[in-house]
Amino acid sequence: MAGEAGRSVKIQIKNVKKEYHGDHGTTVALNGVNLDIMENEFICVVGPSGCGKSTLLNILAGLHEASSGECYLDGELIQGTDVKRGVVFQQYALFPWQTVIQNVMFGPQMKRMPKAQCEEIARKYIKMVGLEDFENSYPKELSGGMKQRVAIARAYANNPEVLLMDEPFGALDAQTRAQLQTELLKTWEEEKKTCFFITHDVDEAVLLAQRVVIMSARPGRIKKVVDIDIPYPRDQGTKSEPRFMELKAEIWNEVYQEYLEVRK
Amino acid sequence: MSKQAKRPLTQAEKRAKLISWGWLMISLAAALVVWFCLSIGEKTGRSFPFIPAVIDGMKTMIERDALWSDFCSSMISVAAGFALGFVTALPVAFLMAWYTPVRKIIEPWINFIRNIPALAYAPLIVIMLGVGRAPSVVLIWICTFMTMCITIFHGIRNIDNTLVKAARVLGANDMDIFFRITLPATVPFILTAVRLGLSAGLTTLLAAESTGAQAGLGMRIRTLQTTFETNAMLGYIILIGIIGTLLNTLVNFIERRLTSWQEKREEA
Repeated sequence: MAGEAGRSVKIQIKNVKKEYHGDHGTTVALNGVNLDIMENEFICVVGPSGCGKSTLLNILAGLHEASSGECYLDGELIQGTDVKRGVVFQQYALFPWQTVIQNVMFGPQMKRMPKAQCEEIARKYIKMVGLEDFENSYPKELSGGMKQRVAIARAYANNPEVLLMDEPFGALDAQTRAQLQTELLKTWEEEKKTCFFITHDVDEAVLLAQRVVIMSARPGRIKKVVDIDIPYPRDQGTKSEPRFMELKAEIWNEVYQEYLEVRK
Repeated sequence: MSKQAKRPLTQAEKRAKLISWGWLMISLAAALVVWFCLSIGEKTGRSFPFIPAVIDGMKTMIERDALWSDFCSSMISVAAGFALGFVTALPVAFLMAWYTPVRKIIEPWINFIRNIPALAYAPLIVIMLGVGRAPSVVLIWICTFMTMCITIFHGIRNIDNTLVKAARVLGANDMDIFFRITLPATVPFILTAVRLGLSAGLTTLLAAESTGAQAGLGMRIRTLQTTFETNAMLGYIILIGIIGTLLNTLVNFIERRLTSWQEKREEA
């Protein structure tokens, strides 16, 4: 549970600033971002577009470099990408020339494991996301929801310590999204990996997270962190609980204010 | 291969295939009608004799022992020029995509030379290399190289960067990314480049064999011009068209085998 005593800090974000130098001068995407993420915690980040949530995720993934400040994983400075930090992208990012199983076993293959072992691992996670019958299908033959399941399986197959998810369900229809949320909750409750999940859907954030981080835009800062004190296991029914609605209204208001700020 | 590729065609697909063949036949028939009309005109008939006359003309060329050697000679030139163009375009395209200075220097050259008809600088190559096959091959090499290099270069630049990122976070190093991401992602563009390169090779044929060639389809068309033998000339011209179509069909076939994973846009 959130705030549980004795849990160690998994990820430390210390005074992170990110500037982009473009043709129209310098844009400050992030400024003074500080956050501690606990071991096994599920964190959701919400905020208006352009608040730098994706930038923050890219820095944690090691795909971008902070202009100043540092991030640590288990006290170790984050520099470049690492298999300890798995990423799920909004656009699925499956390799279209590879079948489902080839996609999922990509990570283990990069670790130079024997092929049989790679396949065994891949099958385990393909089963986890319920796509056993589509092992040999190509991405083009799958629906959006199935593609994202493959991407999640691919991230899990690498056995990362932290999962970074960049609006993974953003492109899916409402029903598919609800289903994948439920599946992700179940998986997280079983595997308890630290999750850093970006979304612009407040419902999704409150349903999944132990803590919701609200970001403000221009420059991107952390405006507020809200504890979601709704016990697990949660499911779609959680959305009709009074406490859920209270928290949702609170967070929604904060995000909406930020949205109005941005539009000014 | 995908499950989709293996399953038999559905009724609708069979029908669509039949319809597309039907249209091809209609197109061919219309072409024959236009051709026939041209052949009976007084002036147009001089340049566009109809099928029997063309066949006669080709028979004459076979009797003169010219057709087969022309065909072989041209194919050797195109194959050699294209092969040289391909093996040079591929690495140069990658270097251009990876190293900005290489691109900044080479891209303007290619864009400049590409707009000059090959026929214009063909004599320079012949003066440099002397008569024979060498200038033909070099000219085709230059033209196919430029077309393929630009096409492959743009293909590499258009690779979805998210795929590279995804591979990186899964632990891929630079070598893995080249062989497992960049190369397969570039295959469709390489095949497009091959298609355009072959077509460029054939269209350069006339310029390539304009001066000093001993045999060749392009050279023969020029010689026949001096004797007004339009029957054989038209036959040769159509032959070049047929070769182009066959090569294109071959590339399409390879493309279907190699890039069946691609999401196809619906054809209108």
